[in-house]
Amino acid sequence: MPALDPVVYFFLLGLLAGFAKADLRLPPSIYEFVSTVLLLAIGLKGGVELARHATLELAAQVPIVIGMGVVLALLAFAVLRYLGRFDLPDAASIAAHYGSVSVGTFAVGVAFLASANIPYEPQLSLFLVLLEVPAILVGIVLARGAHAGIGWGRVLHEAFLGRSVLLLLGGLVIGWAAGEQGVAGISPLFIGLFKGILALFLLEMGLIATQHIGGLRKHGVFLAAFAIVTPVVFGTIGAFTGSMLGLSVGGTTLLATLAGSASYIAAPAAMRTAVPQADPGLSLAAALALTFPFNILIGIPLYQRIAQWIVT
Amino acid sequence: MNRKLVTVITEAALERDLIRELTSLGIGGYTFSEARGRGSHGSRTSSWEHSQNLRLEVLCDDARAQALMQRLREGYFDDYAMIAWSHDVDVLRPEKFP
Repeated sequence: MPALDPVVYFFLLGLLAGFAKADLRLPPSIYEFVSTVLLLAIGLKGGVELARHATLELAAQVPIVIGMGVVLALLAFAVLRYLGRFDLPDAASIAAHYGSVSVGTFAVGVAFLASANIPYEPQLSLFLVLLEVPAILVGIVLARGAHAGIGWGRVLHEAFLGRSVLLLLGGLVIGWAAGEQGVAGISPLFIGLFKGILALFLLEMGLIATQHIGGLRKHGVFLAAFAIVTPVVFGTIGAFTGSMLGLSVGGTTLLATLAGSASYIAAPAAMRTAVPQADPGLSLAAALALTFPFNILIGIPLYQRIAQWIVT
Repeated sequence: MNRKLVTVITEAALERDLIRELTSLGIGGYTFSEARGRGSHGSRTSSWEHSQNLRLEVLCDDARAQALMQRLREGYFDDYAMIAWSHDVDVLRPEKFP
């Protein structure tokens, strides 16, 4: 087994400190800063690459990727509602988290591929943005039904103008418009420091993950099993989708990583206001305390193997 | 001319909803500050966006204070981490706080 990427050790350090109740706390503004830089960096990088080789095949890939996000959310909902016997709001909310994607997991996947010298297609950053929102909307419709009186203006505002979608999309557009030369001046911060910032982000996420593990007490065993099995199944679906779209091993690995990941930034914020009856402790415990560590420790290397096996 | 001080401690996600409630009650002045603590919804550490807590303080007359408490009870107590209380206070320049 290859050594873990150093950024992953920072996550383990955070977990360890959290479990040991150590006196380690980064100020909330640091968390906001590093996550903002990460979101912008991923967007910028994707935008610059997209400007260099935007292709027509992209137009055909976009609807398939969005469709995958919708299908994954529906699958997760069916399992939670009918197998796990969750309440409707909880099943819909957790399904939205698992159909949507995690930027942190994607960033670790990018770092993993860079360390292994595996190239990937530029549109994966765009897919990341595309996959964030549809599952959230599916979750809201499942929880509340599609009738009127939902206050869709508010819901759409929350889903599309949430911090993560706005910064990712903003970074993409800026990178695309400025091109590689235009971005050169700011790239020391966003590209050069990417892994250092990611390490800080993961340290903080390790600490935060330990705060949310308590949510597993209710529904413990089923939800814990769901949080480990779902990424593998969804990751495999993502890998097959990637090979169907004609992506390389690197691109397929990242699409599998996206499919196997669960949102813990965009989805919790949107679901809290749109489906307040759902217990946010459940979805955060599953997505952040189990699925996220699983993906960065075991999932991503596994998806890379699956991608290698399917694509070649 | 007595005034009420209403204090609400709740999830940061509700900031915009609370501002809307206040505005619709004709309350134009209020103060939010960050807060952290522990309650029946577990630990609210404010370490990141989904565990952030707010403390809202509002000075207003008795009728508005009661209407605000009523709206909080009906609209938020079931689903959100929220506590609220009010008491009489002596305020300088009470005419500023209708």
